[in-house]
Amino acid sequence: MKDPRFLRWTLLAIALGFLALFVGLPIVTVFVEAFRKGMAAYWEAVRDPETLSAVALTLLTAAISVPFNLVVGVAVSWLIAKYRFPGKRLLLALIDLPFSVSPVIAGLVFVLLMGARGLLGPFLERHDLHVIFAVPGIVLATTFITFPFVAREVLPIMQELGNDEEEQALTLGASGWQILFRVTLPKVRWGILYGVILCNARAMGEFGAVSVVSGHIRGQTNTIPLQVEILYNEYNLSGAFAVASILTVLALLTLAGKKLIESRVRVRA
Amino acid sequence: MTTVPIDLPARPARGRLTSRGSLPGFGLSLGMTLTFLSLVVLIPLSGLVWKTASLDRTALLHAIVAPRALAAYRLSFGAALVAGTVNVAFGILVAWVLTRYEFPGRSLVDAAVDLPFALPTAVAGIALTTLYVPDGWLGRFLEPHGLKVAFAPAGVAVAMVFVGLPFVVRTVQPVLLDLDLHMEEVAATLGASRLYTLRKVILPAVLPAVLTGFALAFARAVGEYGSVVFIAGNMPGKTEIAPLLIVTKLEQFDYAGATAVALVMLLASFVALFAINLLQARVGRSAQARR
Amino acid sequence: MKRAIVIGLVGLGLAAALLAPRAQTARAGGTVKLLNASYDPTRELYQEVNAAFGKQWQQKTGQSVAISQSHGGSGKQARSVIDGLEADVVTLGLAYDIDAIAEQSGRVSKDWQKRLPDNSSPYTSTIVFVVRKGNPKGIRDWDDLAKPGVGVVAPNPKTSGGARWAYLAAWGYAWQKPGGGDASARDARARDFVRRLYKNIPVLDSGARGSTTTFGQRGIGDVLVSWENAAYLLVGELGKDKFQIVDPTVSILAEPPVAIVDKNVDRHGTRAVAEAYLEFLYTDEGQEIAVKNHYRPRSAAVAAKHAGTFPAIKLFTIDQVFGGWHKAQATHFADGGTFDQIYQPGS
Repeated sequence: MKDPRFLRWTLLAIALGFLALFVGLPIVTVFVEAFRKGMAAYWEAVRDPETLSAVALTLLTAAISVPFNLVVGVAVSWLIAKYRFPGKRLLLALIDLPFSVSPVIAGLVFVLLMGARGLLGPFLERHDLHVIFAVPGIVLATTFITFPFVAREVLPIMQELGNDEEEQALTLGASGWQILFRVTLPKVRWGILYGVILCNARAMGEFGAVSVVSGHIRGQTNTIPLQVEILYNEYNLSGAFAVASILTVLALLTLAGKKLIESRVRVRA
Repeated sequence: MTTVPIDLPARPARGRLTSRGSLPGFGLSLGMTLTFLSLVVLIPLSGLVWKTASLDRTALLHAIVAPRALAAYRLSFGAALVAGTVNVAFGILVAWVLTRYEFPGRSLVDAAVDLPFALPTAVAGIALTTLYVPDGWLGRFLEPHGLKVAFAPAGVAVAMVFVGLPFVVRTVQPVLLDLDLHMEEVAATLGASRLYTLRKVILPAVLPAVLTGFALAFARAVGEYGSVVFIAGNMPGKTEIAPLLIVTKLEQFDYAGATAVALVMLLASFVALFAINLLQARVGRSAQARR
Repeated sequence: MKRAIVIGLVGLGLAAALLAPRAQTARAGGTVKLLNASYDPTRELYQEVNAAFGKQWQQKTGQSVAISQSHGGSGKQARSVIDGLEADVVTLGLAYDIDAIAEQSGRVSKDWQKRLPDNSSPYTSTIVFVVRKGNPKGIRDWDDLAKPGVGVVAPNPKTSGGARWAYLAAWGYAWQKPGGGDASARDARARDFVRRLYKNIPVLDSGARGSTTTFGQRGIGDVLVSWENAAYLLVGELGKDKFQIVDPTVSILAEPPVAIVDKNVDRHGTRAVAEAYLEFLYTDEGQEIAVKNHYRPRSAAVAAKHAGTFPAIKLFTIDQVFGGWHKAQATHFADGGTFDQIYQPGS
């Protein structure tokens, strides 16, 4: 029972038109504006020392928060998928919390907690530990924001695939770690991979939370998104878009990665 | 898959001998979960609670209902509602088109739906602004007709449509895929018109998913900062979104004001989360019923 | 027990990763590091100053110095320093913001303003207008900004130093107009004027740079109310063929101050360098750099050399019209002050 041809084409046109307008155009804009002043200007913007240090900081932040959230995400998924205990729903809600909180609030809570006048402020000051307005603060805020990402992808798959293989391995005498690394993780590897690339994309692109906790010290505490904002506010539109294009390419690669993984996954959550 | 919140399984896993489960590692995984959940999420959030407790009750209340804050809530929540509705309408359409029709490039379009999720918010923000300013590609057509998008509430809504786009599509797609085509064929052979089938068979089936997607898109849009702050006008009382108000209050040393607005937004997030959880359970149940 | 070890290891890993970068920021091989938390429009100024000072310091002491910059709205930067930004010096847009640092965190000593000449303000500026080339709307003076149909671009006084100077300049203009009557009549007239002016503003950016971008690059508005130095920068960078500067008949003398952050320099051991850095701004070389970046110099000698660079605008000071920054802040920019009042719905 297919829809009549005319209807199909109309609906298709509207749907594709909507997507072209809201998704396609912005992406095209990024690249058009990035190259507006030519290839030379583009490379200059990308190779500018401040941009490079922003890239370095962004990579460092992702390199810390993504593996951490991976480890904790796997632990969380294991806990919820393999056992029965009261309070699961509450736990799930708490873990999902950073996903539904505004990024600005995420930044705010870290300032309230670890700023000089915050709850831990005096303690940090006494031990000469600088968290807010320094790199650790940026990493912490990013870790907070991306906390649920891996769990969100791995848990449904673990649940869907059940525990039969694990229990068989148990009866065969395998230890907990052996079960984890030889049975479970291989089973959910595509979910892990997808969760990691999503977590990474968000960690590198986070703006709101980082904007609040960064000191905006040029060449030191600016991530790529913050550098984009600075360039944008300094009459340097093409430079801003040039730097933005770095992350746009990353986003496109993320999507390509997702497509690749989906074509290998046989189980859909 | 990306955007659906995690939830409990529809049926318990088989083969339980003990009340908790026979697999080792409960203690460790519980310990890790609780420790790092506390360190990374709960203790920082407690900073907010602590600050609230240390504030004067009346000052807090005044800050929550100050006219400027009210205007910010109106804008953030109002625009999110409009954007959510737009995303529902077009989201269902896009999901339908992606699941039911074959066309060249379908795989590409399917991937593109996730772009707002993968793209950094600041990049989206400056791109959207550049499009809609008076001499932007879209702005130059809209402005002469009096349709101000950039620096107007409409721009806020546009940015929110962008960030919420994947949510409805991704929650509705699996449901549409799951829908038994037989039912539609049976309805057709029984003489039902296409529109009738749509109303009585298809829409009720996707409704819980649509509501879930709407709630997700809404929650995301309300708290959104990076994509919106460039295109909004930031005029107090008119085009100032709530997250920006928090930042502005922070920059004025007004911690009480910032905390107050943050509390309201957190409350909204909780309500949205709660609604999503409830709806998710219903989606799960109707999926069960259909199986 | 094993669980605790595993959890502990992961936690330690995170903590170590978080704190490791810190080790790199400490003194590296004899180079002294300074952090200058500045307000929005001074990027170019301090790029030049930092290079020149670095050279001079190297020659004088053989020590190399690396100065990092952080820029943002003046109020925002002050808040950051209060909350722990490890700035060695602050070079902000108005004295009130440095006072706030002193009062709310004690990081700057309360007598900071007396430690350097000219109220710790090595250069001054004022508020002028930038319009599109040809001045299609015929903007001549403040009154034209309050006319209906004129799009004005200015930043948010709550976060931007320049915006506060601009607001006070507008208020002061209306206030001291001849024929104003007694104080309360003048206040009423000023309030009405400022209200009409701010009604003409479509977008309030948080810093001076944002406003300049909005006006210059995004094509919003007919007139930009801006720091004088930023106005020259805008015209220079974006084209003399696109914009021109209009000087109002009257404007305010804006005195952006500088100060060392005592607690931070003592902890970093950088007091000597920081003090020399700020004093450099008063030297002839420093003053010349200021002029080059369109700031009005304090040094009479340097000013004489560049007589004619800056138009002679009648300038009033904040003390003359408003009784100083504390009063101005309390009356106009605090919660419930005149700026909040003019934004009330229905006003």
